[in-house]
Amino acid sequence: MGGDAERRAVITGIGVRAPGGVGTEAFWRLLVSGRTATRTMSLIDPAPFRSRVAAEIDFDPAAEGLSPEQAATYDRATQLALAATREAVASSGLDTGRQDPARVGVSIGTAVGCTASLDQDYQRVSDFGSHWLVDHTATVAQVFDYFVPSSIGRDVAWEAGAEGPVTVISTGCTSGLDAVGYGAGLVRDGRADVVVCGATDAPISPITVACFDAIKATSANNGDPAHASRPFDRNRDGFVLGEGAAVFVIEELAAAYRRGARVYAEVRGFATRSNAYHMTGLTRHGREMAEAIRAAMRQARRDGADLDYINAHGSGTRQNDRHETAAFKRSLGRRAYEVPVSSIKSMIGHSLGAIGSLELAACALAIEYGVIPPTANYEEPDPECDLDYVPNTAREQRVDTVLSVGSGFGGFQSAAVLCRPPAKAVAP
Amino acid sequence: MSGITLSQLVSLIRDCAGESDVADLDGDIADMGFDELGYDSLALLELSARIKQTLGIEVPEGDMRTPGGTVRLINDLASGKDA
Amino acid sequence: MTVTAGPAVEGADGRRTGPARAVVTGVGVVAPNGIGTAEFWAATLAARSGIGLLQRFDASAYPVCVGGEVLDFDDAALLSQRLLPQTDRMTRYALAAADWALADAGLDPAGLGEYDLGVLTAGACGGFEFGQRELQKLWGTGPERVSSYQSFAWFYAVNTGQISIRHGLRGHTSVFVSEQAGALDAAADTARLLRTGTLRAALTGGFDAPLCPWGLVVQLPGGLLSTSRDPERAYLPFDADAAGYAAGEGGALLVVEREDTALRRNAAGIYGRIAGHASTFDPRPGSGRPPALAGAIRGALREARTDPADIDVVFADALGVPDRDREEAAALAEVFGPAAVPVTAPKTLTGRLYAGGAALDMATALLSMRDSVIPPTAGTRAPAPGPGIDLVLGEPRETPVRNALVVARGAGGFNSAIVLSRYVRSPHHRAVTRPA
Repeated sequence: MGGDAERRAVITGIGVRAPGGVGTEAFWRLLVSGRTATRTMSLIDPAPFRSRVAAEIDFDPAAEGLSPEQAATYDRATQLALAATREAVASSGLDTGRQDPARVGVSIGTAVGCTASLDQDYQRVSDFGSHWLVDHTATVAQVFDYFVPSSIGRDVAWEAGAEGPVTVISTGCTSGLDAVGYGAGLVRDGRADVVVCGATDAPISPITVACFDAIKATSANNGDPAHASRPFDRNRDGFVLGEGAAVFVIEELAAAYRRGARVYAEVRGFATRSNAYHMTGLTRHGREMAEAIRAAMRQARRDGADLDYINAHGSGTRQNDRHETAAFKRSLGRRAYEVPVSSIKSMIGHSLGAIGSLELAACALAIEYGVIPPTANYEEPDPECDLDYVPNTAREQRVDTVLSVGSGFGGFQSAAVLCRPPAKAVAP
Repeated sequence: MSGITLSQLVSLIRDCAGESDVADLDGDIADMGFDELGYDSLALLELSARIKQTLGIEVPEGDMRTPGGTVRLINDLASGKDA
Repeated sequence: MTVTAGPAVEGADGRRTGPARAVVTGVGVVAPNGIGTAEFWAATLAARSGIGLLQRFDASAYPVCVGGEVLDFDDAALLSQRLLPQTDRMTRYALAAADWALADAGLDPAGLGEYDLGVLTAGACGGFEFGQRELQKLWGTGPERVSSYQSFAWFYAVNTGQISIRHGLRGHTSVFVSEQAGALDAAADTARLLRTGTLRAALTGGFDAPLCPWGLVVQLPGGLLSTSRDPERAYLPFDADAAGYAAGEGGALLVVEREDTALRRNAAGIYGRIAGHASTFDPRPGSGRPPALAGAIRGALREARTDPADIDVVFADALGVPDRDREEAAALAEVFGPAAVPVTAPKTLTGRLYAGGAALDMATALLSMRDSVIPPTAGTRAPAPGPGIDLVLGEPRETPVRNALVVARGAGGFNSAIVLSRYVRSPHHRAVTRPA
């Protein structure tokens, strides 16, 4: 379309709660250092499980400014989202009190919502699985908020003072990309001027660990937690469960410049496609992810030659890493061999729905700082994964255009393109 | 003692992964591939877990190709264990 | 790359026209008072209720014991046996409804491009009964008993994924979670994706089915479920005796297509079109600011370019909780004037279906439009004092329905409103139509 009326969605605020340190700066320091934040599970007793490693956050609700009541009653996913929201709004410099609340929206992704709190509630009401007709007097007052994960959207909306369109997007492990894609769409098509969007998940709970055990999707490299997450490495044996939240303030470009905001990146392209193949399985050919990549690039009006960096899904399961390698080759041709590709899951694990937003935060920071985070634990190449995975050491390089992709249970394949924002002088 | 017959295996399959949509499990299916019968990797993971729970025998899902072959694997493992 | 306008449609006569319109060509329903559209619609017009004493489990020890259960759904006859161990009840309903909606639309997915069809559903709480069963195994027996299907059967994205697999739908797929409001947001996003050309057709709607012991128990502390033990008096929205709602299960799916796609394939019938939508969020309690529901309604009317006076019926959210009912009545009075538009809540015959509720209301509104009849609100007798609304009570009201407004509110403050309009063929499409 183009023309004067075109609205562009830009990131002006970033908030991150990820394993390895509190806040966006600590997150970025970890990523460029190539260190890993995976360890033996401590949030739950790991003994009964096949996979006993995780990437956990040392999260202190009081230090985050959450009230004792919030700390006691909010699910950890909500707490992480609120902390990330506060940081994002503060870093944007936006005075939310001066915004028209009807023009502020929220789009938050989550894969498993408040499952950890539901798991705890079930232990109480069923007396550890001894009654099917559970005891209603044993449940907690706020359990409805755990039952419907839309409560996370409500809490973020209240925090951000949003009274415009508010939603929670739950598309499994692409939730974090899809929520930002949807949120940027709200700004672009004029349904909101400011959107607080991102994703959160805190899935390190017995039921979630057990369900990934059952399908052997998670790493059983329990003897060496720091090296358990090995995307693209020949000896990878599954993903390492993580937790976290990343939240962005997204605004319309011209308005952001008018108020003198720092603009990190423009969300220029987003697309999602479905493989219609299997609830957990991936094809070898990666056709649908390739199609999502092509569509996102088309929307961004960028082609393979423009790409400076690909942030991979890179979960470290055998099938994922070859699936997306095939998708990159299918969509980008020879260029796939030239563009650096890395997986930050090697360092912060796989936080299900949250990771897509954490990865977009890494992409925005790669543009901002001119550094490409590495794939840690990459030691032995896999013949089926033969691209440049930025092994172990960050790479300093100007980054103008980034592609980030994700795959989720249910067949979801998503792609987003972030670009260096235009210089103010040429801003509309 | 801890071995299994084809019909016992079939009843475990029905129970954990559902009736086949493409073949009569009471028919001549011993040498049909699980994929031919419509059972995917998740179904085999379920079956593997069920075999372990009921018989105490670990048969990795990747080793299960056909119902007949799986019965032989289980019985070999069972007699090895008994010996 | 703006999302609003999208590529213009080329009419049969070669003229460039406005953005493509989103038309509904198929409906699939699973509701407590009817399985399949015809059965549901007949029951709704006859005010036959699906709310009763809960039968699936013994609820006698709980303070709430009524609800709208789907009791005659024959999943073994409708679905492959391989699907049963891996699906919650709500997914089985969704898969059956998807089959029926596509059949109703006469739409063969193979007839469109590989990425032209999508799935956008709403879910409120996932496959909750499946989740309870697996938690029971986890804590009662041990983690090794947890099913490999637990990794997706409970999670909120499951229905979209399973529908997409069943019908080979590889286009844009998504899942909206905003308790009762999500299905309207999903339908509206579907319409936008059709307008921009990202999709040519999609299934949209929602299903939930948390009527298991724990699914009931988690809703008790909120105090919004009616404790009446009389199924006929358990859900009385806008009534002076309103004291909460009855929970239900089920929902609906719609096939929505671009008008040009539907006409090109000579679709058998068009129920109506998605004309406009908006969603808002209520201010934080204690802010002193008014609820945002009226803003959502006005936004939807604005996008539909429809005057309040041209809305012929409102399908209300109708929570059945007095102060929330008053809020909704006030918002309707503010936009339409006191008692200026017929309002109905046929969900009084099903209970509230979470994400399925607004999806079913959209289906009901389209059937109203088709048959020029507004189904009544059951149960409610003596309207509560407060802003006057013209609630359709007792008998169906026969009247042409050109435009219907569906209102949905999700726990916590989600407000969504959608305008559905009777389909009138765009003038530039006349040339492609064939005589019947």
